Amino acid sequence: MTQDAAQGQAVWSQALLAAALFSIDPHGCGGVAVRARSGPVRDAWLSIVRGLLPNGSPVQKLPLNVGDDRLLGGLDLAATLKRGRPVSERGLLVAADQGVVILPSAERLDPAISARVGAVMDQGAVLLERDGFADRSAARFGVIALDEGCDQDEQAPASLLDRLAFRIDLEAVALADVGVISEFGDRVIAARSRLGTITVPDDMINALAGTAYNLGIASARATLLALRVARASAAFDGREVVAQEDAERAAQLVLAPRATRLPAPEDQVPEAAPPEPEPPSPQADNDTETDLDGPLEDAILAAAAAAIPAELLELLQAGIASKSRGGSAGRAGAQKKSPLRGRPAGVRRGDPRAGKRLNVVETLRAAAPWQVIRRREGRTPGQGPRVQVRRDDFRITRFKTRTETTAIFAVDASGSAALHRLAEAKGAIELLLADCYVRRDSVALISFRGKSAELLLPPTRSLVRAKRSLAGLPGGGGTPLAAGVDAAAALADAVRRKGQTPSVIFLTDGKANVARDGTGGRGRAEEEALSAAANLRALNVKAMVIDTSPHAQPQAERLARAMAAVYLPLPHANAQVVSKAVQTVMASET
Amino acid sequence: MALHFPFSAIVGQDDMKLALLIAAVDATVGGVLVFGDRGTGKSTAVRALASLLPPMQAIAGCRYHSDPVVGCAVPDCCGAKPGSAAQESITVAVPVVDLPLGATEDRVVGALDLERALTQGEKAFEPGLLARAHRGFLYIDEVNLLEDHLVDLLLDVAASGENVVEREGLSVRHPARFVLIGSGNPEEGELRPQLLDRFGLSVEVKTPEDLKTRVEVVRRRDAFERDATAFTKRWHLGDSEIRDRISGARSAVATIRTADVMLERASSLCMMLGTDGLRGELTLLRAARALAALEGAREVGDQHLRRVAPMALRHRLRRNPLDDAGSTVRVERALSEFFDGAAERRVG
Repeated sequence: MTQDAAQGQAVWSQALLAAALFSIDPHGCGGVAVRARSGPVRDAWLSIVRGLLPNGSPVQKLPLNVGDDRLLGGLDLAATLKRGRPVSERGLLVAADQGVVILPSAERLDPAISARVGAVMDQGAVLLERDGFADRSAARFGVIALDEGCDQDEQAPASLLDRLAFRIDLEAVALADVGVISEFGDRVIAARSRLGTITVPDDMINALAGTAYNLGIASARATLLALRVARASAAFDGREVVAQEDAERAAQLVLAPRATRLPAPEDQVPEAAPPEPEPPSPQADNDTETDLDGPLEDAILAAAAAAIPAELLELLQAGIASKSRGGSAGRAGAQKKSPLRGRPAGVRRGDPRAGKRLNVVETLRAAAPWQVIRRREGRTPGQGPRVQVRRDDFRITRFKTRTETTAIFAVDASGSAALHRLAEAKGAIELLLADCYVRRDSVALISFRGKSAELLLPPTRSLVRAKRSLAGLPGGGGTPLAAGVDAAAALADAVRRKGQTPSVIFLTDGKANVARDGTGGRGRAEEEALSAAANLRALNVKAMVIDTSPHAQPQAERLARAMAAVYLPLPHANAQVVSKAVQTVMASET
Repeated sequence: MALHFPFSAIVGQDDMKLALLIAAVDATVGGVLVFGDRGTGKSTAVRALASLLPPMQAIAGCRYHSDPVVGCAVPDCCGAKPGSAAQESITVAVPVVDLPLGATEDRVVGALDLERALTQGEKAFEPGLLARAHRGFLYIDEVNLLEDHLVDLLLDVAASGENVVEREGLSVRHPARFVLIGSGNPEEGELRPQLLDRFGLSVEVKTPEDLKTRVEVVRRRDAFERDATAFTKRWHLGDSEIRDRISGARSAVATIRTADVMLERASSLCMMLGTDGLRGELTLLRAARALAALEGAREVGDQHLRRVAPMALRHRLRRNPLDDAGSTVRVERALSEFFDGAAERRVG
């Protein structure tokens, strides 16, 4: 209890420090990713940030599915109609200039919106090329991304996280821990005026870059952000020159949460370091420059290592830093659907009734050439609206609401499915994926072996991610078929909730021998597998069972029947054949 | 106008810089795709190119900044005749146009000028980004996130060099020849093969792997952010040297000799790699020629072919999902086999 409280207070004081440093230089620091449920603690933190920002700085909240017209700006319909000439409306990002943008439910943020926000952050300006307007307006703001995700995989898009200096997690903070440090306000104001003159000694830059390197952080942005935070920290403490203390703070706040590996202890062979999960980031290679290592860097690295969040530390120690770190944006495209969005497929004449979206700009364009004539025709010239829009002018945007399909592969990776089958399944998935990304479909992969099923690859269209997770697919152990079917059904349901069409492909011999609770026993395991199959059938999902055993098995056929799936015995299946068969099934009945 | 990070101050990333320079020397290589990790300075390099390019001549008052030598044939524009002395010609910067995410179709291709239509009842064409990018560069950051209907549009225009607008009763066609530059992160979605193929050169950027380089990256970036004017001034000389190299290479590129044996070698290299179509071969030769011009060589040699082969060919390999090695590795493998093997044979 007391330990929890102490921990909560420690987290809170870090969060307060992050709030102060962020409000000294919101644009420079990029922003703060706040993981917390909505509640009094989060509200308290947010109101502290608001209090620390300069008086009158704008704070703009972005609705989750904000449209481009509100986000970036566009045509102001009311003003345009009133004045009889096009009038532009500034978007939320421009309105947030010199202030803060708040992104609620950032874990569900559409990657397309995240990319737009990211581009504006990089440029410090909104480049508007919309609705007949071409404009560049300053938009220098900091971002507060409120992330309500419950696990590691559910977080804000990686492209956004990369641009935010701070990551704080308020889940462990109790309301009793929340306190305010009143003198922060004055210190922040003083720091803001001092910020421009703070200098950074070269060895501090070296030490921060070295720390980022040793923690396996690939993006150069991380070091730059750490540098800016160190500067803000020096200003906050009233120093003119960045000191070791500032660099340590920056390493703790900025670098530690981004670690993808633990620093190798002194004199250890690099191979002994935990395996690096991300191919793009550098392996601990032998020709590492060591002449930059110094006592300063060691101190800062130690500070950072000590601040690595406990959850992340566990993962790193196990050598399996979450694969989704830096990869969760593989959801690109998967969430693009929202009513009336999707792919615009041109504009046509029509009535803007329910379910149709009026395209204002095109409507005005259609009406525009007739204005002079209509005004002349008008019964009382000079009266009436400046712009006369008639029914014929209405243009509506058409959206192609093609449902995306997601092929869910449930692969039997148990001992009974020989290892080469696994290799074929991998090959087939890659072939399918190569085909899917032409058609913009997604693929997911579940493997079941030993005692349970595991989602190896959440729905993705990225060949890069798929290859990475396939490469690590292990084999051997029992056949928990029921667990596999359950996992596939759950995923299919989730996919459908997102408005996509799932289809499930099982690669198995159907010989279940592990029950749901992990105990062995053929009879019960098979029984459970069949009942799981019935559940899947109830979902009414297109399914297919590919029998991978050398001779066709009645079990697999029974399973297929139970889930109303297409049964395909492919004793000599190779990747090409499987891929073809799946495409045929997926294409049918659509 | 905000100052751009100087091109010559970019640390490392030699492939990316070379590809951009080659495109600047010879626009016909057909665009550059820069794909890679986050925070590696992809867009920095492209934007830096903008302030590096030697200026060009354009017809004064022409909305498509047409070349005075070629003239402007678009109706309702300046109507300049080719080479006509009556037209005043001015020096303008080569356009490097950003196509931001969220751009609407009307701004990309051009549309009815709403202002004039509403206030004066005139039907006039307002050129879009494609017109602005004519004779220059069109840059799309996060190209893999661009909406499909815009991608289709771009493909069409990039292939034909002409933008045809048929909308709102307007019927306009104007030249739109530009070098397409795209950048993105493959983790956020793959690029459609049709678009991939449109890029002449493709480079992969990675985070530099040695610490010294990384320190230098951060140090320069920081110095630039602290005082952009002073930093740009410090690198002014480096930038103007590169500018001179581009100018020199541009005038030299037509005279670079390509021996028949080199043509053969380029063909057999492409055949060995199994690249689709002739486009790869052409790009390979053009890029090698541009590189030779940049280096001040008189003719294309093996070293030029070898240097540009990965960027000209790696995105044209037939995808083989069962081969775990990335395309870069495959090209490298084939290259060392091809060149080193050949060298041995010649020696032996």
